Amino acid sequence: MSGTMSKAVSIDIRGVNLSYGATRILKGIDLSIRPGEFFAFLGPSGCGKTTLLRLIAGFAQAQTGQVLLDGQDVAGLPPWKRDVGMVFQSYALWPHMTVAKNVAFGLEERRLLRREINAKVAEALELVGLAAYADRRPAQLSGGQQQRVAVARTIAIEPKVLLLDEPLSNLDAKMRVSVRRELRALQQRLGLTTIFVTHDQEEANTICDRIAVMEAGTIRQVGTPMELYERPDNLFVAGFLGSANILDGKAVNGVFEVAGGARLPLPGGVQVPAGARLVFRPQHAALSITGALRGPVVHREFLGATVRYGVRVADSEILVDAPFQSGSDLHAVGDTVGIALPSERALYLAA
Amino acid sequence: MSDHAAAHDPSVRFADTSPSRTPRRGGTRVAHSPGQIALALAIALFLIVFLVAPVATVAYVAFTEKGTGAPTLVNFLDFARTDLFVRSFWNSVYVSAMTVVWASVLALPLAYLTTRFEFRGAALVQTLGFLPLIMPPFVGAVAMQLLFGRNGTVNLLLDEWFDFKIGVMEGLNGVIFLQAIHYFPFILINLSAALRNIDRAMEEAAQNLGSHGFRLFRRIALPLAMPGYVAGASLVFVKVFDDVASPLLLNVKEMLAPQAYLRITSIGIDDPMGYVISVVLIAIAVVTMWGSARVLKGKDYATVQRGGGGLARRRLTRGQSALAYAVVLLVLALVLAPHVGLLLLSFATVWSFSPLPDGYTLAHYARVLGDSSTYIKNTLLYAGLAAAIDVAIGGAIAYLVLRTRLPGRQMLDWLAGAALAVPGVVLGIGYLRAFYGVTLPGGVPMATLWIMIVLAIAIRRLPYALRAAYAALQQISVSLEEAAENLGATKSRTVRRVVIPLMTGGLLAGFVTSFATAAVELSAVLMLVQNNSDAPLSYGLYVLMQTPAGRGAGAALGVIAVVIVAICMGLSQLAIDRSQRNRGLDI
Repeated sequence: MSGTMSKAVSIDIRGVNLSYGATRILKGIDLSIRPGEFFAFLGPSGCGKTTLLRLIAGFAQAQTGQVLLDGQDVAGLPPWKRDVGMVFQSYALWPHMTVAKNVAFGLEERRLLRREINAKVAEALELVGLAAYADRRPAQLSGGQQQRVAVARTIAIEPKVLLLDEPLSNLDAKMRVSVRRELRALQQRLGLTTIFVTHDQEEANTICDRIAVMEAGTIRQVGTPMELYERPDNLFVAGFLGSANILDGKAVNGVFEVAGGARLPLPGGVQVPAGARLVFRPQHAALSITGALRGPVVHREFLGATVRYGVRVADSEILVDAPFQSGSDLHAVGDTVGIALPSERALYLAA
Repeated sequence: MSDHAAAHDPSVRFADTSPSRTPRRGGTRVAHSPGQIALALAIALFLIVFLVAPVATVAYVAFTEKGTGAPTLVNFLDFARTDLFVRSFWNSVYVSAMTVVWASVLALPLAYLTTRFEFRGAALVQTLGFLPLIMPPFVGAVAMQLLFGRNGTVNLLLDEWFDFKIGVMEGLNGVIFLQAIHYFPFILINLSAALRNIDRAMEEAAQNLGSHGFRLFRRIALPLAMPGYVAGASLVFVKVFDDVASPLLLNVKEMLAPQAYLRITSIGIDDPMGYVISVVLIAIAVVTMWGSARVLKGKDYATVQRGGGGLARRRLTRGQSALAYAVVLLVLALVLAPHVGLLLLSFATVWSFSPLPDGYTLAHYARVLGDSSTYIKNTLLYAGLAAAIDVAIGGAIAYLVLRTRLPGRQMLDWLAGAALAVPGVVLGIGYLRAFYGVTLPGGVPMATLWIMIVLAIAIRRLPYALRAAYAALQQISVSLEEAAENLGATKSRTVRRVVIPLMTGGLLAGFVTSFATAAVELSAVLMLVQNNSDAPLSYGLYVLMQTPAGRGAGAALGVIAVVIVAICMGLSQLAIDRSQRNRGLDI
């Protein structure tokens, strides 16, 4: 199947609104996923990411909007006619069938010849490295192996796109790292357009080409992991990916006045949206003798490569990461320090 | 609803009667107090005398030569050489198997419909599912004959309008029809519970891979729900196999359980054939239970989902919806038929060769509430005593098994549960034989005392009460007892002041369920009633239904029985609701 893979398809979602009763789950979703892309829906629980995935698979029905696979609207198609492969969070391996039977299921439903089915099952199990486990029952496999069976079962039918619903959440921390690499490698080999649902930014960052960050039924930003980290569009994305300092204040005459008194000059050309707050990453600031923001160190954590200081400025605690070198002097809790922030590292973002 | 349903459901699943799999938190607790040991011994003695000894007596008689007492298999050879018995045996197998088939035909669509689709009639199905359990099949047998028999309502109308008749009530088919209508809820309840416990992703994954409709049901949902189905089906098989009164009231004598009864009552308690048949009945029950447990071994597919919402119910198209309602209404009509028929019969002056009774009267009620009121009084007394015995013993066994490490405590559980495998008629025969020789001062044989009826009923209902007690005790955290002991209460005072008050709701529900089912117990009673003044309502009903003149009064007794049972079921629901509310407030 790796050789005979048909061309990858695009997924377009246009103007989707979905409610369960009075509860609005998805609000005006627009999204384009490119052929062959490894794409993530990232967001906290309840943001609608799994519902959006289930909508693509046909397990949820939107009140308005379209889902296009390769330009074709699939809204009227039931799940069994969509050719959209989905790997479930619980894997959903059928306990009354062997591994091989599980993998053969979709092919049998497509009424393939027994000979073809056997060949494709063997190929799919080979691909995930479980050829030796064909006759086992799912309950006899480890969590990681079960997950690979679930993937094999899905790709055996050569779906148009692959949907992964939190596929790593039932694995222990160590397994996750190796399984996510395997998933990425497999996706690259198959060239399948793939959507990965997760609430874990690290998972999304490490394996996906692009990410849609979701909050409360809306997409807040779409971009590569680097773009989202470096240039978040809004406070939610900035706070959700990595740690960030977020300070209240207001822009007056080319200067941003932080609540508590400090004033940061705004470089020319910087637009400060209404109600914006100052946002910067701990590693982009530095402790210095001068600095517009000043306050006592209230907290110090040794993180290995860096030392993270908590500095109280006005009512908030600002985190600053300083690189650690052996022999260097550390600030003690209680020392008054200044915080220097290069103006190009300062972001002014609204909610 | 489903939780309550489980508590109400008088079926005990063969596969999981033992509670020992639940982790015991009190694992390190010490000591068997003398009180516990005495309690365990007393229960063991009771079970040995009133369950093991009678059954052992039956087996002994079956395997020994009449007169000499030498061990022999000659009685079984006689059984196998007698055409009547062999025919009866196969008839029983056929009727039981076909009942399972037809009960499945009724239950499968209802279970799938209510657990997998958005269907407004779901609550209706749940309720109608319980209706047949209120009334044992023998109660409605004659009424069904009048509705569906050769000259019953349905056939008279069909004959008049379309010039044909249906023979659903003819011979063995009549028994199958009657039993299927009464026992399909056992399959419905168990199967629905199993279907509800399947992770919805199991079926969604199949849909995602291209499966739908009937194939989806056959390949995924049904295999995963198989444990529930087998539990329900095996229960139905055994219940039908053991039923004495329903075939007899439909004038079918050539079945095994009726033969045991007829043999003992017509030839006497010295004839070995009744005992041989009893042993065969027990063997069939044991083999069925063992078989179902074996089939289910390693197939506990309870796959309750990790996270995620409830089951996504699929929507029915307009056509499917109409079909679904048609099916539900048809089943509802069948389920209500015996109830309606019984009610009509109880008010009928004469009802014969006509679609509806010729006229209506209250005379039958006057009769049963007047001179036949001893039946009702006896029933209330017997069922009340039996239920009290069951709750006391069931509660004690549950406590000993779940809260102590007394050696042999599992034995008590096993013994009490084994009562399930003993058909009522066998227990009755056993009591007659074992206790007839035991005479009390004054020369009265023990077997003729009315208290023996109570004890037989109590033994029959014990497994159900035991299950209610387990359920009640399992919901109480051991730490509540440990807290009491920590504050200085002794074991027995802890039981009295903490355990029993907390178990009250569950035990009450168990009492009421035992009472309700004991009130309509017949097969053991049939053997043990020695004179009419000691007879309970079920016996009176059976006797009255034998003659056309008595039918009206019999039906009136049946209606009263149904009302008593229905009230009890309602009360038990109330008790469970209340105890759940109380616990909700406490925590």
